[in-house]
Amino acid sequence: MTVAVRVIPCLDVDAGRVVKGVNFASLRDAGDPVELAAFYDAEGADEIVFLDITASSSNRETTLGVVRRTAEMLSIPLTVGGGVRTVADIDRLLRAGADKVGVNTAALDRPEFLTEASDRFGAQCIVISVDARRCATTDSGFEVTTHGGRTGTGIDAVVWARRATELGAGEVLLNAMDADGTTAGYDLELIRAVRPVVRVPIIASGGAGSLADFEPAIAAGADAVLAASVLHFGTLRIADIKGALAAAGRPVR
Amino acid sequence: MAPKVVVLDYGSGNLRSAERALVAAGAEVMVTADSTLAAECDGLVVPGVGAFGACMAGLRGVGGPQLVAARVAAGRPVFGICVGMQVLFASGVEHGNDGAGIAIWPGVVEPLVAPVLPHMGWNTVAAPAESRLFAGVGGERFYFVHSFAVQHWTGRAALLTWAEHGSRFLAAVEDGPVVATQFHPEKSGAAGARLLTNWVNTLTEA
Repeated sequence: MTVAVRVIPCLDVDAGRVVKGVNFASLRDAGDPVELAAFYDAEGADEIVFLDITASSSNRETTLGVVRRTAEMLSIPLTVGGGVRTVADIDRLLRAGADKVGVNTAALDRPEFLTEASDRFGAQCIVISVDARRCATTDSGFEVTTHGGRTGTGIDAVVWARRATELGAGEVLLNAMDADGTTAGYDLELIRAVRPVVRVPIIASGGAGSLADFEPAIAAGADAVLAASVLHFGTLRIADIKGALAAAGRPVR
Repeated sequence: MAPKVVVLDYGSGNLRSAERALVAAGAEVMVTADSTLAAECDGLVVPGVGAFGACMAGLRGVGGPQLVAARVAAGRPVFGICVGMQVLFASGVEHGNDGAGIAIWPGVVEPLVAPVLPHMGWNTVAAPAESRLFAGVGGERFYFVHSFAVQHWTGRAALLTWAEHGSRFLAAVEDGPVVATQFHPEKSGAAGARLLTNWVNTLTEA
């Protein structure tokens, strides 16, 4: 009786369309986040994450529509992140059918936002998304970045993860920006650095490339593994990832 | 005829997924706080996410505690989900404060003790063989997201389903017309859908 390791596909959504290469012969429209999310649900995904990378705020209504239509299709939880700046933003996403909401830059700008959000909606639906990269200037050797990893903040990523959970975040989405897109494996040192300082679940993100990459992330302290391109390109199937985890002795659904 | 189910709308979270899952399970569903509809329906679902105290406050705002107590007294089906299960107990300990629940069952909702909290994700359960709710899905995993739970049952004989995260806690209770799950069946994939269908099917027998 142990909670299963969650395998979570992440869809980057821009103005209502999935970006990054997606190529499934079985889907009529692989650029449709609604259809792709339903596909992953049927494939055995344990949750779905949408990352809204829409640049213009005028397209946020499009995102809400996508969340609404996706939530209608899913029988598993949906997390939506990207551009969440206010309690009203969270309220709209939850009402549209999101189960959890990812918060990133807005919490860096104003950390008490996490407490306000957590008090209002419960810590269980507030995910702190930490975009971390290696640097020489922080104690942990990792700093928080913004703008998709391009801009360093000088804030120690490990200290920030801890503070964010103390302020009210109920889960950490730990994005290793150095590993992101490399398919060279998760950044195990980053996971090991954050694990002892937070009590909430950690989702490892960034770097998944082969079946051998997943169990080490769990051994390093992650509770869930997020993957994007390896799933979207069809390099790996969710059942294969779970098979590899199970073979390594990790519980899966 | 499809049994009529009301999902009690007292301002707690996303009710749409519960509504949709119950429709798929064969019920005719209304999401409302209307006390007449909630009193007269075949099955009342009490949802709940977030804090125990906030949910109780929301429930009091729509006369929920009296409504639930009256249905239970009349032997009419009630299904509590997540914090909607927790509020059926006598009290909840939260931030060191003891808050009163609807008290259908004795017992205290207490913090789980585990290295990682919230307990978030898919876990197994140990359901009794005679469970109606878990018929066909007793071996499946269900989706949990919570940091508090009831860890000691002190009520009368009932069908108890246990799960474990750090310590053992009640994952579900079946006590005549009153049933409850700590997990979210409406988020638990095919297994959750089957469990809800099992419940909806009991409503037509009443």
